[in-house]
Amino acid sequence: MTKQTEAREATEAHEAHDVPRSIEFDGTDWQRVSPKYITVDIVGYLVFGGIMTAAGFIPYWVSGWQPSLLLGIALAVLFLTVIALTPRRVRAIGYALRDDDLLFRRGILFQRVVAVPYGRMQLVDITRGPIARAVGLAELKFVTAAASTGVLIPGLPLADAERLRDHLVAVAETRRAGL
Amino acid sequence: MTDFADGEWHRLHRATPLFRGGLAVLIIAGVIIGNFRDRFIDLFFGEPDFGVPSEADFEADALEYLVRENLILVALGGAALVLLLIVGGFWLSWRMHTFRITDEVVEVRSGILFRTNRKGRLDRIQGINISRPFIPRLFGAAKLEVSVAGNDANVQLSYLRSGDADALRREILLLASGARRSAIADEVVPGSEVLDPSGAPVLDATGAPTVAGAAGGVGGLLEDRAREFLAPELDPSLVEPESVVHMHPGRLIGSTVLSEAAVGLVIASIGLAVAIAITGDIFLVFGILPALLGVGWFLITRIVRSLRYSIAATPDGVRVGFGLLSTSNETLPPGRIHSVRVSQPLLWRPFGWWQIAVNRASRSSQQGAAGQQQTTILPVGNLDDVRTVLRLLLPGIATDEAMPLLERGLLSPGGDDGFVNSPRRARGLRWFSQRRNGFALTDAGVLLRTGAIWRALTIVPFPRMQSVSVRQGPVLRPLRLASVHVHTVTGPITARLGAIDREAALGLFTAVASAAIREATTDTTHRWRASAPAGAAPAAAPAPTDPTGAPA
Repeated sequence: MTKQTEAREATEAHEAHDVPRSIEFDGTDWQRVSPKYITVDIVGYLVFGGIMTAAGFIPYWVSGWQPSLLLGIALAVLFLTVIALTPRRVRAIGYALRDDDLLFRRGILFQRVVAVPYGRMQLVDITRGPIARAVGLAELKFVTAAASTGVLIPGLPLADAERLRDHLVAVAETRRAGL
Repeated sequence: MTDFADGEWHRLHRATPLFRGGLAVLIIAGVIIGNFRDRFIDLFFGEPDFGVPSEADFEADALEYLVRENLILVALGGAALVLLLIVGGFWLSWRMHTFRITDEVVEVRSGILFRTNRKGRLDRIQGINISRPFIPRLFGAAKLEVSVAGNDANVQLSYLRSGDADALRREILLLASGARRSAIADEVVPGSEVLDPSGAPVLDATGAPTVAGAAGGVGGLLEDRAREFLAPELDPSLVEPESVVHMHPGRLIGSTVLSEAAVGLVIASIGLAVAIAITGDIFLVFGILPALLGVGWFLITRIVRSLRYSIAATPDGVRVGFGLLSTSNETLPPGRIHSVRVSQPLLWRPFGWWQIAVNRASRSSQQGAAGQQQTTILPVGNLDDVRTVLRLLLPGIATDEAMPLLERGLLSPGGDDGFVNSPRRARGLRWFSQRRNGFALTDAGVLLRTGAIWRALTIVPFPRMQSVSVRQGPVLRPLRLASVHVHTVTGPITARLGAIDREAALGLFTAVASAAIREATTDTTHRWRASAPAGAAPAAAPAPTDPTGAPA
């Protein structure tokens, strides 16, 4: 590492306050998921978190040892934080249909952006959980030959999900490639 | 050469039931007859003394009982019936086990009561493996396995005559390559037209190859020449291709001895010796013996399997051979390699040895030394061998121009060498490899270089990658770093590069995403011999449709 590069990196670090740090894609027209999904997500976490928190209190309930109360409290705080952040987390989910590929993003703390060429599609799955069905939402999964692709778009109104599925199948057909 | 590929149903080698476990029945029958021999002789020629209770075993008692009760004929009849059922069952299972190879599929039907029918599409073939387990090999039989994408998605033809298996492989590969007109015509995807060089759309699927010549046009003529050239008698691949890499026994044994498993074995043995010396309890041996035996067996298998390793280029892909007693010999058609990793365990470094593994779409559930062979393409080799094998596996990427770049990807300690490396601020996350941890892009693929101690280079060809992602967590964000993950089919290789500059990561993400689209539309390797006419037709690239039908 030469002095010059060190100096350059030092200035870079200095200027780092104005440069973006997160992985944002400017100029991408993100489609957001339905705000109703916030409710679905919260209810899901309430049920799951409630069970986990209740389980966390079992050691205290059995032993009566005061410090073991911390486990349950910690779980309760954790899940409450997760629930409090749900609206932001849901707003962070987005997808964009570009000319030849599907862009999908999610996460605020752990950001992830995926690009999948349409031609790589193996199948499209639409699933509906009981809570999502109550508010008329569905979940769309785009499956490729790679298990790690992980494109799962939640919180789509059923009609939209079905339209999106048909669209994806149609464009995948015209761009079909080998494996 | 064989008439197996004529689209009709055929049967397997007549001795198939014997090889498929029937041999065990014969051996058991032999053992029983051997044990009873004395008794039989005694029965017919000797003086039977029934009243005396002997030290004879249960079988003998049973026999005496039968004789005493005068049931001998019934017993013999029963035995004959059982034998008849077994033989009849074998014969029936052989008779019901049929296969056929058409222009599009390879299909196997089997089973007497529970029928199974398995079909594999020829254009989805990921590899054809001919294996010869020891005993069938003695009888000149071989197993032909056509693997298609998926978990254990193999169509097995076991067993065939050795020579037939080789010939059949060539024929299946020829059919799969798209060399025939009918096969090419099937490739016409809706919404696009494949044009032959004369400009006329190829729409007439001439099913019978004999009339293909009458289809006219330059393409038809070329194909005729091609078929003539590839006719079995003139087939250049009939000559067993010579291996381009020679496995030196010394290197193989040395690399095995210096592998992590062997070192672990030595450390465990020393630990055991020390423990015994301290406690004086010799029985400690039994606690660890199974593990030692297991690892030792694994290492020996590795050596034995790889002793006769060979790799060669054929017109229909790379042929990789393994095995000393039981051999297996697999042909990987072009474009079936989803990613390649060249890596070097730490102890191999003084000797300059490397190993090459690949990700493939077809996976076997076989584990250990046997399963490993499916993904390990070069068990050990020096830099020259690595170059040769990479040229075979990735002809589009390992070109002469790109070779120096690839070598820097393996050997370079890092710095300004054509790779975009992690910035200095990533030092806290990549203690030793910060200077080396980086990527480079070629026209046909992406190279990810990682590790300063365990050096590795991962190569993903663009036409094979499925998707790409960029990630950033709470540790990377303050440092303005990000990680990029190129997704391929599941396998031993994960193409991930962590802790690179945010801008560089976004640039890589964008470049890989667009290159993947570009390459996927022009790639024709899945019909490798059809690539000439299909490549001449730009219409094969689909016209982008307007995504206005998308939901809001």
